[in-house]
Amino acid sequence: MDSDSKRNDLAALQAKLARAKGRDLWRGLEEISDTPEFQRWVDDEFPYRATIPQVDRRGFLKFMGASMLLAGLSGCRYLPKEYIVPHVTNPEDRVTGQSVYYASTVVLGGYGTGVLVRSYEGRPLKIEGNPGHPSSLGSTDATIQALMHTMYDPDRSKNVTHGGEIATWDAALTMLRDRVAKHKSGELKGDLRLLTETVTSPTLAFHIRKLLAHCPGAVWHQYDAVSRDAAFRASATAFHSPAETVYDFTKADIVFSLDADFFSEGPGHVRYTRDFMARRKVEGDAANVNRLYAVESTPNLVGAFADVKVRCKASEVVSVALAVASRLGLNLGSANLPATVSPKFVDAVVADLQKNRGRAIVIPGEHQSEDVHAIAHAINAALGNIAVSYLAPVAAEWTDTETSVKSLAMDMASGRVETLLILGGNPVYNAPADLAFGEALAKVPVKVRMGLYEDETSALCDWHLPEAYWLEAWGDARAHDGTASIVQPLIEPLYEGKSHLEVVAGLTDKPHTGLELLKEYWKGNGLGSDAAWNKALHDGVIPNSTSPEVAATIVPFSVAAPQAPASIEVIFRPDPTIGDGSLANNGWLQELPKPLTKTTWENCAYLSPKTAEALNLNVWRDADNPKHDVVEVKLHGASVKVAAMIQPGHPDDSVTLHLGYGRTKAGKIGNGLGGDAYALRKVGGANWSGGATIERVGSTTLGNTQYHHSMEGRDLIRYGTVAQFAENPTLSPEPEQHAEEGEGKEPNLNLYKNAAKEHEWDGHQWAMAIDLNLCIGCNACTAACNAENNIPVVGKDQVSNGREMHWIRVDRYYGPREGDQNLEDPVTHFQPVTCMHCEYAPCEPVCPVAATVHSREGLNQMVYNRCVGTRYCSNNCPYKVRRFNWFNFANHHDVPVIKLRNNPDVTVRGRGVMEKCTYCVQRINVARIAEKKSGVPMKDGAIVTACQQACPAQAIVFGDKNDPGSAISRLRAEKRNYSLLGELNTAPRTTYLAKVKNPNPELEKA
Amino acid sequence: MAPKNPLEETFIEGEQSYASLDRAIGDIVLDQKRQPGLKWWVPFAIGFTLLQVMMLALTVLVFTGTGIWGINNPVGWGFAIINFVWWIGIGHAGTLISAILLLFRQQWRNSINRFAEAMTIFAVMCAGIFPLMHTGRPWVAYWLMPIGPDTLRMWPQFRSPLVWDVFAVSTYFTVSALFWFIGMIPDFATLRDRATKVFPKVAFGIVSMGWRGASRHWHRYEQAYLILAGLSTPLVLSVHSIVSLDFAVSLIPGWHATIFPPYFVAGAVYAGFAMVLTFAIPVRKWYALEHVITMKHIEWMAKIMLATGLFVFYGYLTEVFFAFYSGVEWERFMMMNRMTGPYWWAYWTLIFCNGLVPQILWSKKIRQNTAILFVVCMFVSIGMWLERFVIVVTSLHRDFLPSSWGMYFGTVWDWGLYLGTIGFFTFLMFLFMRFLPMINIFEVKELFSRMIGAKPASSPAVAKAEVGAHE
Repeated sequence: MDSDSKRNDLAALQAKLARAKGRDLWRGLEEISDTPEFQRWVDDEFPYRATIPQVDRRGFLKFMGASMLLAGLSGCRYLPKEYIVPHVTNPEDRVTGQSVYYASTVVLGGYGTGVLVRSYEGRPLKIEGNPGHPSSLGSTDATIQALMHTMYDPDRSKNVTHGGEIATWDAALTMLRDRVAKHKSGELKGDLRLLTETVTSPTLAFHIRKLLAHCPGAVWHQYDAVSRDAAFRASATAFHSPAETVYDFTKADIVFSLDADFFSEGPGHVRYTRDFMARRKVEGDAANVNRLYAVESTPNLVGAFADVKVRCKASEVVSVALAVASRLGLNLGSANLPATVSPKFVDAVVADLQKNRGRAIVIPGEHQSEDVHAIAHAINAALGNIAVSYLAPVAAEWTDTETSVKSLAMDMASGRVETLLILGGNPVYNAPADLAFGEALAKVPVKVRMGLYEDETSALCDWHLPEAYWLEAWGDARAHDGTASIVQPLIEPLYEGKSHLEVVAGLTDKPHTGLELLKEYWKGNGLGSDAAWNKALHDGVIPNSTSPEVAATIVPFSVAAPQAPASIEVIFRPDPTIGDGSLANNGWLQELPKPLTKTTWENCAYLSPKTAEALNLNVWRDADNPKHDVVEVKLHGASVKVAAMIQPGHPDDSVTLHLGYGRTKAGKIGNGLGGDAYALRKVGGANWSGGATIERVGSTTLGNTQYHHSMEGRDLIRYGTVAQFAENPTLSPEPEQHAEEGEGKEPNLNLYKNAAKEHEWDGHQWAMAIDLNLCIGCNACTAACNAENNIPVVGKDQVSNGREMHWIRVDRYYGPREGDQNLEDPVTHFQPVTCMHCEYAPCEPVCPVAATVHSREGLNQMVYNRCVGTRYCSNNCPYKVRRFNWFNFANHHDVPVIKLRNNPDVTVRGRGVMEKCTYCVQRINVARIAEKKSGVPMKDGAIVTACQQACPAQAIVFGDKNDPGSAISRLRAEKRNYSLLGELNTAPRTTYLAKVKNPNPELEKA
Repeated sequence: MAPKNPLEETFIEGEQSYASLDRAIGDIVLDQKRQPGLKWWVPFAIGFTLLQVMMLALTVLVFTGTGIWGINNPVGWGFAIINFVWWIGIGHAGTLISAILLLFRQQWRNSINRFAEAMTIFAVMCAGIFPLMHTGRPWVAYWLMPIGPDTLRMWPQFRSPLVWDVFAVSTYFTVSALFWFIGMIPDFATLRDRATKVFPKVAFGIVSMGWRGASRHWHRYEQAYLILAGLSTPLVLSVHSIVSLDFAVSLIPGWHATIFPPYFVAGAVYAGFAMVLTFAIPVRKWYALEHVITMKHIEWMAKIMLATGLFVFYGYLTEVFFAFYSGVEWERFMMMNRMTGPYWWAYWTLIFCNGLVPQILWSKKIRQNTAILFVVCMFVSIGMWLERFVIVVTSLHRDFLPSSWGMYFGTVWDWGLYLGTIGFFTFLMFLFMRFLPMINIFEVKELFSRMIGAKPASSPAVAKAEVGAHE
């Protein structure tokens, strides 16, 4: 194309246009000029073809080849160069595929619980209790079991941020050190304030104190949303000096609980459960057990277990305590007994306490008033109870946390605070609502937050520093009795996290690693030598670090007459699964049913049936009608909307709201669930507050794992009193029929009387026994199973349709209490149900592809790869323990960090296959391999299932029933031993031991 | 002529000849003007639309999982199994009519057997979708087949009734399809010979497999047909018996019952005849076939429904009786729960639909009133569906441990697939009516020849028919 012809002559164009007639439209100047090139262009079908290179065949192939190559490359990501170097000589202690356990310490609510953490090829996988640690003795609770979910939570904070933008640790620390220097020099007029949760860590406390000394005028505040303030205040009242109360349940014949939930709350509850249950074990025909009386507001596990239980409003517990005290000759004040507590109950308690002087425990609830605590101290002292001892405070700086946070908030609001460093906690979310912590925070010029998540508090701070998880950083903590132990990390921080200790220590000195700081501190505090350090690290306990006993003598005091409770009382309690809300983003805990109500994924307004009726709410919701009322609870001008749920046994005119829900910045899992009860909580009303109104505002569906609460008169849980047990040791409703059971003889339920046995059950034969007499229903077994067996989380919608995946569940039934047919205050029963591994398993013959088969050791095995998913096995399972993968629940391919959480010994199940309890076959295999390799027969107890290991009540026993000396054989020979639905002749390998309650015969007579 | 023969009843009405019968039935296929226009298009379009719903429901199912349905723990089976049993049951009338009535020499079957057999096949096709697609992993559902150790290294588990189901249903489908096809060969030949256009001529020519009407052909045909009838006869009893064993073999109260096999078979025949009538009543009118599917046929089918309905009702009463007589707490609870539990409405509606409504068929007037009869058939179809709903759902939703009790509700995908298969069935039935001889031409003519007294071939009417058939 020559250049001349391209040029259009403007004049010629205009002339052409002038000549045109009618409404001629033109596409471009070229058209008007009507050049031959344009004509060609118009005639051509693909006029822009010229932009495609003219290629021949070879060129085309080269072109395509290059395209394909580049297309492949675009799938790659540019990653920094890494070298993978194999070991030339394998380290002595490392065998690929074999797990190593390290002792560490879980810190919850400030207090440490010793644990052993399984490390598989460098990644922490499972948490077990540390048998050597006084708060654990080898057991854990459900919360600790679920912590591995938080470890691999993709929503954890990953970066230092400043004003929402990603920043560096260098920048943050330089800024902080600069601020500290300026505060020290007085350049900054305002205060430096530090806000933590309760700290028991000796090293952290040492460095905080160092910071406070370094920088005069700096103040250390502590705040726990779920605090031990009442215990602190009471020791001030009763002893005039802070003292930690520690109980030894093994020494108590009578336990009187004043609204205490020592099975699931407060420091040492795992240990307490274990000790308590040591006194509940029934062996043979004699039941020599302790007796538990409980006064209870919000129903809890202790009340559910109690031999004698009464209910009253939270504010009335003090009246019961006073009544008992005055009957015991203590003049602390006077009060009228609540209507729901009969004088006979007080008589019985007083008589038993007097009869068992010295061998009783009166234990106040963590969430009861300081008055109740003080009265309990007085009674224990008066009775000379040796099971109760007083230690120097475990917390480094035991304070009244409510007062502490209040003074901080007021100082912030008045502008006195120049720099605020918040370590952990989440005060914007959970500080008392009337402090308006968030608004006050806005007045602080520089506010730095260090936390695991970028949560509500981080959002209002200038800086956010990512905190390393306890499995990622060194630290230490003290147990309920003061025993110190090391928090030993098992992995480098997954993200940029650091520990509180490293940051605080780095403000006054040059930065050190956590390990250096710890070693340095403990060198001067009992671990002088490397050997001592190594031993303490290995054992998970620092020797001789228990808090010293203090002489706690009761100073005379009196308790003001309790005020008459005002209208409807709101009781605030930490949530039974997610606690104060810091674990809201933990899917395992969210999906773990609340032990008593079996609700998941949200908090509810729990009401007594009578109160619900009075409020015109629909009561006794059942599966027939899955809609629950939503209510608005209004208190002092604030309100929260949650589903209403009937909680039998709840005191009337009260409503329980669990804390920890209604989060807005918890993470993908925890956001927007339930209602925020903190909004109603004010200073002075942390545990309950009267004067609420409740109104029905709508309806919703709850994700409950159990909808039916009655045993329908069926022989599912066998129970009886000590007296009934003496008469009928099987506690069977039909003693004659079941007489043969439990004495090693199995009743012949076969239609063909002389039929040859189908199998020779020789060699190891696995069996499990669950002692219902010990089970407290805490769900630790379920949580442990989740963690061990890669159980997927399915979400509320799926749970509400009965699709939760738990391999072991705890069934909860209500039964009528003597003289109460309305189920206003029923007796609660728990029954953990897992695969029964039936010898004649109904699931096996119906599977069309033989995907569920029996092993020669008596396991009912599920072959995932073979399963086609007809669900016939599940239909035919009378125990309904089989779980189906309705969707691809376990698929986390988009979030690689979640895959790290999986136990490599357990298959991750895909969509469309059935699954169920395996008796932890991976653990059996480990023991069996060891046995085969060594040739030494395995000892009883060599195999511990995950549920058994976690159980704080030691209610689950597993072993070889063919070994006559094994614990399981002994239990199966107990007369209390029975098979669930035994008449179906499924011959379950999991059996139950009947429950023996020890009520006061005097009260029974009434 | 035999002394008292059903032939004395008139099964072909009006003045007929072989040619008029050929025209009446054959021309429906060959002469598209004989099609009833919108009366064909509207139901066909509805069926086709619902077929798309079925395809969508299946696609979503395969891509996401059975979780889109309402099934759960404890109710592991829901609409899929209910629909499966329902559809298999519907197929039973066809087999009964073609096989058992053939062996019993019930001549009246001749004008309805083809139609009923088509329903059997289509119903089994609809039924087959469910057990396949309700598995968690339908792509490996072929493991239920006895493909054997050579390829899969493992047999299926022969103790499971689901494996028996595979055998029962696949045999049933194969035999029914063969029976249907072989029965159509002489008619295909007739159509081939009568066709004037090229396509039908070639198409029917291929499927008539060279039929010339030779006496050797007829001889072999009769033998093959009798053998297949002999094979089908036990299937009428066995298929639904085996389906019922899916339930009876289990230990779930409400499923574990020895009454199930006979009770299921009776229910199947009952539902099958209801469905045959549901289609026959409008179709005979639209296609002007009242002289071939006569009121007599309608009435006799109604009588069979009444009889089988009484069997079924007896089954319900037996279940109740044994629940209480057994003294088993689970059985008693199950029955009380059915009657008074959350699904009471399903149980009582089923008793109403299946037990009470058909009692009006005692009246001859009602048996001959096609409108009322049509409504009764609808009730029976709904009732039989509810029967399976009650068996599957109310037994599972509250079994042994109250802690595991739950509820079951179908989701939009459950309903979509169910209605979708109804669409699939309608779609196939209307295609069949349009493109295949829906009434057995040669058997009707044979019946006709006996009715007119088996006159020799010299009779003009017969001669004409012969020409039509053998050209």
